[in-house]
Amino acid sequence: MKSKIPVGILGYGAYIPRLRLHTKIISAIWRAAGSAAPAVAEKSVPALDEDVITMSIEAGRTALERAGIAPDRIGALWVGTESKPYAVKPSATVVAQALGITPQLVAADMEFACKAGSEAMQAAVAFVGSGLVQGALAIGMDTAQARPGDALEYTAGSGGAAMLFGPASGALALVEASTSFVTDTPDFFRREHAPFPEHGGRFTGEPSYFHHTLSASRRLLNEVGREPKEYAHAVFHQPVPKFVERVAKELGFTEEQVRTGLVARRMGNAYAGSSLLGLAAVLDVARPGDRIFFCSYGSGAGSDAFSFQITGAAANPRRGPTVEDYLSRSHHVGEYGEYLRARRKIRY
Amino acid sequence: MTNDVYIIGTGQTPVGEHWGLGMRELASAAVVEAIADAKTEGVDALYVGNMLGGALNGQENVATLIADAVGLLPAEALKIEAACASGAAAVRAAFLAVASGVHQLAVAVGVEKMTDALPDVVTSALATAADQDFEASHGLSFVALSALMMRRYLYETKQDRGAFAPFALLAHQNAATNPKAMFREPISTEQFLGCAMAAEPIGILDAAPVCDGAAAVVLCSKAMLRPHHRPIRVASSSVATDTIALAARPDILALRAAARSASRAFAAAQCTPEDIDLFEAHDAFTIITALSLEACGFAPRSEVLKRAAEGYYARGGQLPISTFGGLKARGHPVGASGTYQIAEAVLQLRGEAGPNQVPRARRALTQSIGGHGSVAVAHILEA
Amino acid sequence: MDLPRYHRLRAPYYRLEGQRCGSCGSIQYPSRTACRSCHSRELQPHPLSGRGTIFSYTQVGQPPQGFAGPYLVAMVQLEEGVRVTAQLTDVEPHEVEIGLPVEMVVRRLREYGPNGYLVYGYKFRPRIASRAD
Repeated sequence: MKSKIPVGILGYGAYIPRLRLHTKIISAIWRAAGSAAPAVAEKSVPALDEDVITMSIEAGRTALERAGIAPDRIGALWVGTESKPYAVKPSATVVAQALGITPQLVAADMEFACKAGSEAMQAAVAFVGSGLVQGALAIGMDTAQARPGDALEYTAGSGGAAMLFGPASGALALVEASTSFVTDTPDFFRREHAPFPEHGGRFTGEPSYFHHTLSASRRLLNEVGREPKEYAHAVFHQPVPKFVERVAKELGFTEEQVRTGLVARRMGNAYAGSSLLGLAAVLDVARPGDRIFFCSYGSGAGSDAFSFQITGAAANPRRGPTVEDYLSRSHHVGEYGEYLRARRKIRY
Repeated sequence: MTNDVYIIGTGQTPVGEHWGLGMRELASAAVVEAIADAKTEGVDALYVGNMLGGALNGQENVATLIADAVGLLPAEALKIEAACASGAAAVRAAFLAVASGVHQLAVAVGVEKMTDALPDVVTSALATAADQDFEASHGLSFVALSALMMRRYLYETKQDRGAFAPFALLAHQNAATNPKAMFREPISTEQFLGCAMAAEPIGILDAAPVCDGAAAVVLCSKAMLRPHHRPIRVASSSVATDTIALAARPDILALRAAARSASRAFAAAQCTPEDIDLFEAHDAFTIITALSLEACGFAPRSEVLKRAAEGYYARGGQLPISTFGGLKARGHPVGASGTYQIAEAVLQLRGEAGPNQVPRARRALTQSIGGHGSVAVAHILEA
Repeated sequence: MDLPRYHRLRAPYYRLEGQRCGSCGSIQYPSRTACRSCHSRELQPHPLSGRGTIFSYTQVGQPPQGFAGPYLVAMVQLEEGVRVTAQLTDVEPHEVEIGLPVEMVVRRLREYGPNGYLVYGYKFRPRIASRAD
């Protein structure tokens, strides 16, 4: 898909909470001694006073500051998440109010499991690319839930990023094309009143993550007529580092190309925030002319693939906290009970 | 021209956790005792000082409730609220009524019933004296706001928390011989230094307790005085205000309302701090005690803690404070404390203070403060 | 749940919005009917930068209803010259001192129970990286 009007990223911002949990603390409670090491060594944990709304506000503020455009130029804002503070009441309106963007805008929350954030990106490109709005903010953010002791608890992290899309002139990265690939595949889901998701174990792999990510990626590469080696960076959704390494290999991307975007190694899987956070990490260091390949994945299931190219415009893109600033800001939760309290898993 | 006003009767309930007594029982007991002490019958008006009746007891229209309970209907009865200074503000209202000549004899009673509610509810209720939108709704408790003042004070004066121990010690020392006091045991410096923190640097021994109580005084005009009375003249009565939010003050350690109420009280009574024989200060927290002494002109900041260490403010010292235990040890049923202070000062000036007597007490200053210095009510009484 | 009250407070709570006096230029927070300095009524909304230093602080162990302790609170001296009281976040008690540079963030202030309203508002945390200008 290519928009009629060229679209680019005017600004972006990330957010990762300060708290960390060493995943071996989870193992000590739930696993037998000598079990395999967890997929990531530590994950980010939101504080009791944080949620998708507060995190989106901070990421959004950074995106606006970097873009340097007046808030009233933004005509749309979507928050893509699977950990909405309210089941009914949009996070997007609180975020928009806090950013000073209200009232002249389209706003809503989106859900498509881990690809809700890139879903918002597709909508942003469409609204800007059709000339409906001058600026559209797409946010992917999560405080991922996982049942205590479940495999997901070892990787479910928190964080995300905001991408501000606008007309290509003045953008720091251009959107070359995008595509989406979607089927009904029930690999992972959460019912309305359930506090934790269910998942299909190994079914989440080949027929789910890999099938959709590979299909969307190959389709996009075909559409833009490019080969993986033309890209300086590649960002994928990151449930565990191994999945990213394998899908990269199957597509023909190198370890080097995926390294910068693979933030999950240091903070776990931020669900709808994961791929956007990877993209933000790449934007922090990418150089003019660099092409960036992006493919998200969301359970249920589907993938959004994008092809970007960094422009020559500096546009103060790197003012404010970088992904590295957030990754290196950490305070470890000392023990499992403290973590359970922070994640509100203790009901009373 | 205003008329002279005299206090001719006092009454106090003991301060404590009165599981068997509600607001009306407490207030009635104090009023009945005060009227009996005054040996009078005609009461023109009742002014009730109460802060938390609505928030904690589901009861507004408190003055009517008390007038009804005591048998004073259909007299004028009004509730006066000025946060923790409500009790003194009720005396102020009675003073205005008599000084203006509108009434000849008025009763002021302060009453507070705090112990029916759970701690977090009490904490929220006390925070209604602060700025709801910009302090209480951000989780600032009343103790926390005072702690911000104390921390800043320690930082600017380069003092330790221990320098405030004398205030807590003297309060408990004085309360030990006051049968109405909540706490009857003296405390030591070691206990003060090692006590748990309420909100650092405020320890639980820096802070007045949550409790119940009621105190009342009877005020009358000169024309109502009889030979059997032991009248104490209200030489002056003064109220001043400052910002409700602590952050709005240019100097958070300057109790401007306290300073202004005191200086106007001195002017009206035609006396100076040197003429004061005892000071019932608003010692809800030791930091407020120290800042009050400074604000009222008793000592500059550099001298206050030094003098405290030397016993200047203890019984037998040059300027006794909290002579019956103060808010700290006699207790602080918030809306009643101001009236307790005045009732106690009257006993001192009559020479009826027993073991707590300040020798040759002729003039007393009482000062009740609400909301971290946002309102201050000062009275000077003369024998 | 005080829904209308919090709705009225969203400009100061979400954006630390005070006022700038059109007459004398002074900044005030929170908003008032008249300028505190010159009493003019020519006032414009003005979001404060949120940057400041800690003027005083303490830890709340016995919170009011609706708050879960313990948490730190502070009086912050903002760079515009005004002070504000608020909670601190993202900091350990031993890391706090008078003079520490802090910045404003929006966090959950309060939850009216598991089914109730979520109040968002400003808190302050140690500065991460230099934000815009």
